[in-house]
Amino acid sequence: MTTSPATALAASCATCHDCHLLCRLPGTPGHGVRCPRCGAPLHARKPRSLERTTALVLAAALCYVPANVLPIMTVTSLGKAQSDTIMSGVVYLLLHGMWPLAVVVFTASVFVPVLKILILAFLLISVRRGSSWRPAERTRLYRITEAIGRWSMVDIFVVTILVALVRLGSLATIQAETGAVFFGAVVVLTMLAAEAFDPRLLWDRSAARRT
Amino acid sequence: MSLVACHDCDLLLHLPPVPEGDTARCTRCGGILRRRRRNAIERTLALSLAAAVLFLVAQAFPFLSFEMRGQVTQTTLLTGVVDLYEQGLPEISALVLVTTVLAPMLQIALLLHVLLPIHLGRLPWQMARAFRLLRRVQPWSMMEVFLVGILVAVTKLVGMADVIPGLAIYAFALLIVVLAGAMASLDPEAVWEKLEVRR
Repeated sequence: MTTSPATALAASCATCHDCHLLCRLPGTPGHGVRCPRCGAPLHARKPRSLERTTALVLAAALCYVPANVLPIMTVTSLGKAQSDTIMSGVVYLLLHGMWPLAVVVFTASVFVPVLKILILAFLLISVRRGSSWRPAERTRLYRITEAIGRWSMVDIFVVTILVALVRLGSLATIQAETGAVFFGAVVVLTMLAAEAFDPRLLWDRSAARRT
Repeated sequence: MSLVACHDCDLLLHLPPVPEGDTARCTRCGGILRRRRRNAIERTLALSLAAAVLFLVAQAFPFLSFEMRGQVTQTTLLTGVVDLYEQGLPEISALVLVTTVLAPMLQIALLLHVLLPIHLGRLPWQMARAFRLLRRVQPWSMMEVFLVGILVAVTKLVGMADVIPGLAIYAFALLIVVLAGAMASLDPEAVWEKLEVRR
C-alpha cells in the first residue's frame, strides 16, 4: 500500500467499546459523547491507556517480590510448623516425584506472571518509543497476555482448598499467609493492566510512519 | 456490506454478510470482527439454563471430604472462603469468593436476564447495561482454574489422607463445560442488533 491504511481514527470515527458499532465522532472531541446504540462513552482510544497500564504494571512488579519471598502458607502438623513459599511448593512437588504437577504450578505461578509483566512492559516501551516494528506480532503478544493471566490463580486456589480440607485440630492445620495476599494482588493487577492497555496504540505509529 | 473497524487495530473494513457458523477476521491483525453462530440465542439460552441448575447443585452439596486417621472433614465450595476470612486474610477470601462463586453466578444470571426476554420477543430491561456487565465479569470467572487447583491440592494430600470427591465436584466440572459452551455460542452482535440506533 502506498497510502496509509484507513483507520477509524483517521476517518474521525470510533468503534464503540461495548457493542462494536462504528460511530462518527463529532468534530470537537470532548467528553460525554455516547454510542447511539448502547449508550457507552465513546472514545477513539481507551483514555489514558499508557499511564494507567504503566502504573498497574509497576504495581504488579513491586508486589511480585513479596509474593515470592514471603510464605504463602504454614503447615502445622503435630506441633511442628513449616512455612511454604511458592518456590518451595514447587520444589516439594519435584522432590516427591510429582514433576508434571511441579511443571503446572511453576508455569502458572512463576513463569506466567513474569511473562505477563515483561510482555506488557515491552509493549508499553515500544508504544512510548513510537516503534513501528511488527505490529501484528506485538498484537499477538498482547492477546497472549490477556488469555493466560487467569491461570496464575492456581496457587491461590490450592491454598484455599488445603486450608478448607486440613483442619484436624492438633493433628494438622494449614494457615494461609501474607505471601498469598501479594500473589493475589499480582494476578489482579496484571489482569487490570491488560484490560487498560489499548492494542490499537501498537498500530497508530506504524500507520503514521508510512505516510 | 457494512463498514466496521477492527477492535484491535482500528483498520476500517467493508464486512460482507457473514454466513452462519463462520468467523470474520481482520485482514491486518487477525482480530475477530464477527463470529456468527447458528441459533445463537436459543443455544446459549439452553446452556445457560443448564448452567443455573448445575450451579445450584455445586453450591448445595458436599464438595470434597477429607479423611485422616478416622477424622472426616466435609467441605462445600464456600468452606475455604469462610476459613480464609477467619484466618485474617479477607482480601484473599474475597478474591476466591468473586472468582469461583460470585462471577459465575452473575454471568449465568445476566445471560438469562438478557436472553430469555429476547427469546420471547421482548427487549430485556436495562439490556445495554446488563450485557456490558456480562463482558466485564467474564475474565473474573475462574472455575476452570479452580479445578486445576483442586487437582494440585488433592495430589499433595495423597498418601497423607483420603480425599473423597462429593456430588458437587461433578456438577462443578460439568458447569465449567456448559458455561464455556454458553459463552462460546453467544453471538454478541445478535444481541446488540436488537437495540435501535438513535439518530
